[in-house]
Amino acid sequence: MDGVALIVSQVLNGLQLGSIYALVALGYTMVYGIILLLNFAHGDIIMAGAYILWIVLAQLGLNPVVAMLLAVAGCTLLGVVIDKVAYAPLRNAPRLSVLITAIGVSYFLENGAQLIFGADAKVVPSFAPVSSIQVGGLSLSFVALITVLVTALSTVVLTFLVQKTKLGKAMRAVSEDMGAARLMGVNVNNTITFTFAVGSALAGIGAVLYVMAYPQATPTMGMMLGTKAFVAAVLGGIGSIPGAVVGAMLVGFSEVFVSAIGLSVWRDAVVFLLLIIVLIVRPTGIFGRTMSEKV
Amino acid sequence: MPSEKKKRRPVLVQVETPNLIPERDLGTIPVLQAEHLGIDFGGLTAVDDFNIAMGRTEISGLIGPNGAGKTTIFNLLTNVYKPTRGTVLIDGYDTAGKSVAEVNRMGIARTFQNIRLFTKMTVEENVLVGFGNTMRSHLLSDMLRLPSHWKQEAEYRERALELLDIFDMRKYSDTLAGNLPYGAQRRLEILRALATGPKVLLLDEPAAGMNPAETEELMENIQKIRDEFQIAILLIEHDMSLVMGVCEVVGVLDYGKIIAKGTPEQIQNDPRVIEAYLGKQEVK
Repeated sequence: MDGVALIVSQVLNGLQLGSIYALVALGYTMVYGIILLLNFAHGDIIMAGAYILWIVLAQLGLNPVVAMLLAVAGCTLLGVVIDKVAYAPLRNAPRLSVLITAIGVSYFLENGAQLIFGADAKVVPSFAPVSSIQVGGLSLSFVALITVLVTALSTVVLTFLVQKTKLGKAMRAVSEDMGAARLMGVNVNNTITFTFAVGSALAGIGAVLYVMAYPQATPTMGMMLGTKAFVAAVLGGIGSIPGAVVGAMLVGFSEVFVSAIGLSVWRDAVVFLLLIIVLIVRPTGIFGRTMSEKV
Repeated sequence: MPSEKKKRRPVLVQVETPNLIPERDLGTIPVLQAEHLGIDFGGLTAVDDFNIAMGRTEISGLIGPNGAGKTTIFNLLTNVYKPTRGTVLIDGYDTAGKSVAEVNRMGIARTFQNIRLFTKMTVEENVLVGFGNTMRSHLLSDMLRLPSHWKQEAEYRERALELLDIFDMRKYSDTLAGNLPYGAQRRLEILRALATGPKVLLLDEPAAGMNPAETEELMENIQKIRDEFQIAILLIEHDMSLVMGVCEVVGVLDYGKIIAKGTPEQIQNDPRVIEAYLGKQEVK
């Protein structure tokens, strides 16, 4: 029984970590899919979400539901503002300029947060309603379960949005041929901003779930989280939505597995090693399409 | 777009004599006009003093040797390139300062010399992207799948299928555009452009890569589109049988300038045209 409980809880841990990475990786992959930009500021949106939670819960003492809604809304808004202020003026600029701008935005957010909130970690009061629930004699972490459920739901909604709605069709059209999409009357700028909004909203959900599990906010917390999610997106094949989820699960599970066998200091190394191996064997990632030259 | 109202201006372009607009279209605002249109790339003048006035149901052709500037003119008319000089009016509205998507909504759509479909989307979705600008839709109702949204979506899907019927392509509706046979891809590009509701349709080498039988069918299709949609069609083409067979007016472009303009018969016998294509005769 103990063995079963251990395995179940480790699998759940893997799913939980993978789910958080997935939410962040989806934002990376969507933005890359539409404008071929590696949005390095994406991880820092999580950090912003964590601080929003801290302000609303610890400083203002409002209801956790309000805090969660504000965090997601704040992250969405931040993503849109970043796009409008930093990236939109560079729509026709070389890709490298936008990439460097993204790195700049990332530093700006991290140092801005440090300036405003200080470098020390802010503790966010726990806002999960219960800590664990009993299922058939097993005690399962509530936060882990809700994380997996919310991520699964978010992925389904996102897939529906991309496949079935008018905006989703516009997104796919822009991602394939921006010039042709413009000539067919698609408002490319709005479509890209919408993509940022959706990606950032997912990051906001990720922030809520992450802080539920690790209840603190620091200025650089988005860095490693963003990097891991980026690795997940590349593993799965950047630009691919199912790829991001699968890649994130791979990263999450390998981290949990490495920790479980007592090598937790190696967990980051193992993730990056996994990335190196996949890039050698299959450079476009698991779900990645082979690149074709655009004329 | 209220700003369009302000920019509406009297139609100043005088059509050259002899009048080239078909008689049936006289007395209405030309659907497409370009006035002294030109563009320089660095020091190179790619297009210079290009003028056109197209009747509302006119089919015109633009011919000229490779590199004469034909595709550049399409890019100027759709505002993909911002003109260095001159004006483009679509249905009497100035396109200056408009985005490419806005210019499309003003009533101009095009196809591409090298097919540029959304290959990873289905045939029906390609058409639906074209419909996009006329579709009223809100994300919230999209997500909640409100009944009105369902109804509207069904309506648009039905309209997309009807459009596909024009070229007998309903059977392909769920096929990925990239998997279509070549000829069907060319037809789908025309349908996708038509879905945006244009008043003037630009076809960039529609017969490229087609055999004579397919070209024959294309000619019928071009006339069919004009008759059914009552729109103007301007095409670039190297295939003279198509140009001479379907166009009412033909312009010949060489080194970015129109060197001759007239009916197909006039053009075929114009010494300037023969010179542009075959070179000057050495012996006088």
